[in-house]
Amino acid sequence: MLEVTGLRVAYGGIQAVRGINFHVAEGEMVALIGANGAGKTSTLKALARLLNAAGGSVRFRGEEISKLAPHALVSAGIALVPEGRGVFPRMSIVENLQMGAYCRSDKDAIAADIEHIFGLFPRLKERARQMAGTMSGGEQQMLALGRALMSRPKMLLLDEPSMGLAPIMVQKIFEVIRTVASEGMTVLLVEQNAKLALETSQRGYVMESGEITLTGDAADLLSDPKVRAAYLGE
Amino acid sequence: MMRFEALRHDKRAAIAATVLIGILLAVAPFLIGSAAGSTWLRIVDFALLYIMLALGLNIVVGFAGLLDMGYIAFYAVGAYMYALLASPQFGLHLPMWAILPAGAAVAGIFGVLLGAPTLRLRGDYLAIVTLGFGEIIRIFLNNLNAPVNITNGPQGISGIDPIRIGGVSLSKPIDLFGFTLPSLHAYYYLFLALALAIVFVTIRLENSRIGRAWVAIREDEIAAKACGINTRNIKLLAFAMGASFGGVAGGLFAGFQAFVSPESFSLMESVMVLCMVVLGGMGNIPGVILGGILLTILPELFRHGAGPVQQAVFGKILLDPEALRMLLFGLALIVVMLYRPAGLWPSTRRRREFKGGAA
Repeated sequence: MLEVTGLRVAYGGIQAVRGINFHVAEGEMVALIGANGAGKTSTLKALARLLNAAGGSVRFRGEEISKLAPHALVSAGIALVPEGRGVFPRMSIVENLQMGAYCRSDKDAIAADIEHIFGLFPRLKERARQMAGTMSGGEQQMLALGRALMSRPKMLLLDEPSMGLAPIMVQKIFEVIRTVASEGMTVLLVEQNAKLALETSQRGYVMESGEITLTGDAADLLSDPKVRAAYLGE
Repeated sequence: MMRFEALRHDKRAAIAATVLIGILLAVAPFLIGSAAGSTWLRIVDFALLYIMLALGLNIVVGFAGLLDMGYIAFYAVGAYMYALLASPQFGLHLPMWAILPAGAAVAGIFGVLLGAPTLRLRGDYLAIVTLGFGEIIRIFLNNLNAPVNITNGPQGISGIDPIRIGGVSLSKPIDLFGFTLPSLHAYYYLFLALALAIVFVTIRLENSRIGRAWVAIREDEIAAKACGINTRNIKLLAFAMGASFGGVAGGLFAGFQAFVSPESFSLMESVMVLCMVVLGGMGNIPGVILGGILLTILPELFRHGAGPVQQAVFGKILLDPEALRMLLFGLALIVVMLYRPAGLWPSTRRRREFKGGAA
């Protein structure tokens, strides 16, 4: 579904991503793990077109998307959950979800989808009229995920969904990510929490200083001594 | 504030209030004219122009959250459009109906010209660039008298045609079925009609998809992009819409004054309009209107009131009212911002921001 070849990202003269190749098949959940500064977020930002790639190609369902404007990706079927839970702090939960459906005009279906999201996150329903900025970090992350789903994407890009959250919240968020994935959603998950990411995904890529150094089934990576030493603290 | 909320639910009360406000607005010039004289009626006419400007700037600053410090440039563009197309300067005498839309369109283009290179800027950085833009326009107007004389330089353009509606000039008293409508009254009604039109358009915009997109960009630009909002076009639209309102107000100003010069479009004017928006309540239409009225009338009140008050209290005038005026005005601004930091009449969204509480 997503085919990345030779992707390069540079900030000025510094290469953050040095020509990486990876792919995500339809209905698959793939983790991109690595240490701080390995180039994971740069990769995701380039995919989401929040910054320009220095080279390489990104094909989504057979079409080149590396030159599209960021907003056009949403109509193409890719939804990003930005790092640091980019919710609209002074909009209510419902308004945030409605913004997620900005590109859609089918009012009844939007209302139904909001109910669906509330089903996934009962917590959001309790606070439907509350300002997003007044919620806890975990609740905001739930909202960001819910908002991304509101565009009815074919693929989700998740940028560090566990960042800065209490362990119990991380568990809850990942439960929902698993539910969404089990319903057939294609997911690319960028995570520092390698263990959790690999436990949730089918396959994984390990990034190190801008390059992909290891790849394989998530279970194999989890038992790989190198991965265990570098990322699982063993 | 509670009573306004009640109007939303009680339809009859809402209609009664609308009719009452309508009657009040209709008789206002006669009340003000006979009670306070034509000086004050003139000030009220200006207040209406400032309301249009404040509403225009509110789109850029209040809705889209783009701090524009050079907004008066669009007012200048509209005013000079009118001045050049309806004055002896080029011997052109086009009607208002042709000039105002053209002025709005050209101001809108200037809005895009300002917006396009500043798309990546926000907050204080954007403020500095827009401030520079405002000054560039003013300095251009000041110097475009050589080698080809276009704007007549610092002398400005005089002898501008008054606004005519159906061949009737608004600069002279108008006979209406044996009843005479003085010029200032006629301008009042014209300005009121256009201000109401702008209020209507602004309210419609606020509640539209575009309005929600502006708020989303103000709140979090990356998240807005992630929602599929074309942030570039939506921002440019905010600049263009805001600027075109300024252009309309500028055209009216030129016809009303019959004279324009670069002096009228100084940085101080931009700051003044920004104060109206901030002090009234950023993003809230009634608040911005209130800000426009207060900030036009307060300085005049101090100008005209400071002398007599001193005379009565001290028996003589100790401080020049002209000098005292801005001092009192500045104090009033500080007091309002200290005690009502979200503005006099903030939008519910901004109230939440300052209180940080739940809805």
